[in-house]
Amino acid sequence: MTANPAELSCPAPRVETERVLLGHGSGGQLSAALVREVIVPALGAAAPAGPLEDAAVFDVDGVELVMSTDSFVVSPLFFPGGDIGRLAVHGTINDVAVMGGEPIALSLAFVIEEGFPLDDLRRVATSVGEAARAAGVSVVTGDSKVVGRGAADGLFVTTTGIGRRLPRARFSAARPVAGDVVLLSGPIGAHGVTVLSVREGLGFDGDVASDTQPLHRLVQAMVEAGGSAVHAVRDPTRGGIASALNEIAAAAGVGVVIDESSVPVPAPVSAACELLGLDPLHVANEGCLVAFIAPQAADAVLAAMRSVPEGFGATRIGRAVLDHPGRVTARTLVGAQRIVDMLIGEQLPRIC
Amino acid sequence: MKYLDEYRDPGLARRLLAELHTTATKPWALMEVCGGQTHTLVRQGIDELLPAGMRMIHGPGCPVCVTPLELLDKALRIAERPEVTFTSFGDMLRVPGSNTDLLALKARGADVRVVYSPIDAIRIAQREPDRQVVFFAVGFETTAPANAMTVLRAAELGLANFSILVSHVLVPPAITAILDAPDCEVQGFLAAGHVCAVMGWTQYEPIAARYGVPIVVTGFEPLDLLEGILMAVRQLESGRATVENQYVRAVRRSGNTAAQDAIARVFRVTDRAWRGIGTIPTSGLGLADEYADFDAERRFGVLDVHADEHPDCIAGRILTGAAVPTDCAAYGSACTPRTPLGAPMVSTEGTCAAYYIAGRTR
Amino acid sequence: MCLGIPGRIIEITDGGVVMGVVDFGGIRKDVCLAYTPEAGLGDYVIVHVGFAITTVDQAEAERTLEVLRAMDGALEGELGEPLPERSA
Repeated sequence: MTANPAELSCPAPRVETERVLLGHGSGGQLSAALVREVIVPALGAAAPAGPLEDAAVFDVDGVELVMSTDSFVVSPLFFPGGDIGRLAVHGTINDVAVMGGEPIALSLAFVIEEGFPLDDLRRVATSVGEAARAAGVSVVTGDSKVVGRGAADGLFVTTTGIGRRLPRARFSAARPVAGDVVLLSGPIGAHGVTVLSVREGLGFDGDVASDTQPLHRLVQAMVEAGGSAVHAVRDPTRGGIASALNEIAAAAGVGVVIDESSVPVPAPVSAACELLGLDPLHVANEGCLVAFIAPQAADAVLAAMRSVPEGFGATRIGRAVLDHPGRVTARTLVGAQRIVDMLIGEQLPRIC
Repeated sequence: MKYLDEYRDPGLARRLLAELHTTATKPWALMEVCGGQTHTLVRQGIDELLPAGMRMIHGPGCPVCVTPLELLDKALRIAERPEVTFTSFGDMLRVPGSNTDLLALKARGADVRVVYSPIDAIRIAQREPDRQVVFFAVGFETTAPANAMTVLRAAELGLANFSILVSHVLVPPAITAILDAPDCEVQGFLAAGHVCAVMGWTQYEPIAARYGVPIVVTGFEPLDLLEGILMAVRQLESGRATVENQYVRAVRRSGNTAAQDAIARVFRVTDRAWRGIGTIPTSGLGLADEYADFDAERRFGVLDVHADEHPDCIAGRILTGAAVPTDCAAYGSACTPRTPLGAPMVSTEGTCAAYYIAGRTR
Repeated sequence: MCLGIPGRIIEITDGGVVMGVVDFGGIRKDVCLAYTPEAGLGDYVIVHVGFAITTVDQAEAERTLEVLRAMDGALEGELGEPLPERSA
């Protein structure tokens, strides 16, 4: 976006177009812009066209594979409910799963800051091993590099996951249509609030722990119950469910209406959000998913979700509609409609 | 959460709205002067549900919105110094100065840190004696006691590496300035509940009397706002103009005297520029002479930094309710939440941001 | 600058400046209690940027809700639901 200085009628600070901001990594509008406006155009013909999804699906001699990659830069590395290792396994498994893949194998790459304690490295690697084993996925290849002091925040982890596409899974962000039911697999906000709780300057003690967990078994149950009636699935990580729903609304060209009172937010998460002035809809999650289901299959899929441990808290939260395509609105507690926007940049605690 | 959730009851909210609909017979215009109240009104969609013709004008209740350009530039000048650790509330980080903002400065390597409380800034100063820790003391009267205690504590501890950049503003002079404006459309006010928890409401009594406007001290939850609006409307319908208290569970007429004493000890009343509005006499707080050593403006020699607000920016008229964002030529094009030009677009409860997010177009 | 949240005092320590731990529905934070000397263990205070700025008067809090509950519930039935939106 360029601004002609001669036409502006307000003070015009220099728009930050030269450097990457922290907000570019937060999963909201800035992140999407970074990919869409800088990275993808630069890749040129090497990047196939199509909507930006959590994972890629491609065909190898008639076998449909799903592939996804993710880097994990969470700070602090260890927090209630998990650590960077667990996150790295679950996050990539989930990206493969929400594109309809049954995860088979992971690669694991470490970028380690000089001086990083070996014990901590061992802890993280052990965590990776346990999480992968519990999920039934193998870590088949990897890499590790060391960089100078200060060049990495202790440890960065990248995992790439490969899976086989479930035959009946035909998920795509572009598939939802008006009338689809929006389901949420469980309570929101736990991960983002937990990480904030151990961060300096915003610290508090609380009954909160990250919700990080693998969701591939949940997705399999959903596909078994609903087949191609399951139109789209997303795991709302950075940017929260607000961003995930906005992305699908935009890709599918539908409006989305949610009922705010039906979105489950655990009491301590809600309290932490009040304290810091955060919107739970924007807080990161690592163990839940949203799905758009054709209405006639919604009850069956919901029942299937509730039958597996990862989906015991599953519930309906809204519908896709013809109105306001590309936008998400919420019915507020007092019965009005408000727009639910994507997160812009970094989520900053407010005091106002 | 106790004392919060009860005041969000949808059934009681509907009753209040119904009562409001039968009580209001005219298109009254009320103003709230508190970012937190604006936030609830917009987020809950309450201002969309008011009886036909009534409107809430969002006043300059967001200290982020009203921090003058000049002070932002001073903050940026200080924050870019390599020895400085610049601490601030989160809200301030994306407010544009003349050329850049604190978040962009952070991207360039400046040591800018978000804190929840000024106490955290003191702790950083104690833990990192080699750093010059500066705290951006922005806020209304609600935050002044916290900042006062922080200065007192720093003095007690003899912290030589701590200072504050003061940008405090006071509500009653702002209300008076709005009422004095020739194009003022406001007929009644909701006073900020937590400002009054600290200061009490005696300062508002002469204003209500002199200008003949009802002023209702109001809380922040949906039921509080609806009840406050109803109380103001009842006064307007019956031609009364007094100060009433809706937020009875938290506010007493005399306020918190211990907090007021601390403010009086550490600060003195000054003239203060409000972004987009101009200077309002005796509307701000500065450090008292006794604590001048902790004044970051002095310590870092930025007393002479000046910035001119652009004459065509209509943020000031937005903030007094005289204009709406769609009246602005830059709204929605050059000025968006992603690329904010003025403060009402930066803050999520700023009027321009609220309009934009709601999809209102020129 | 108004984000003040009600919480319950669960611990008080007097080490020069009176500090305490306040519980907000499961989240606990250190809070300076210097400005609410009348508040004791179990009392509710409103906390803003790490400082208690006032106590919550529990009787008044309940009275507010009673007044609202006593409002004529018949009216909302008359107007029906949802309430008429004002034309924008």
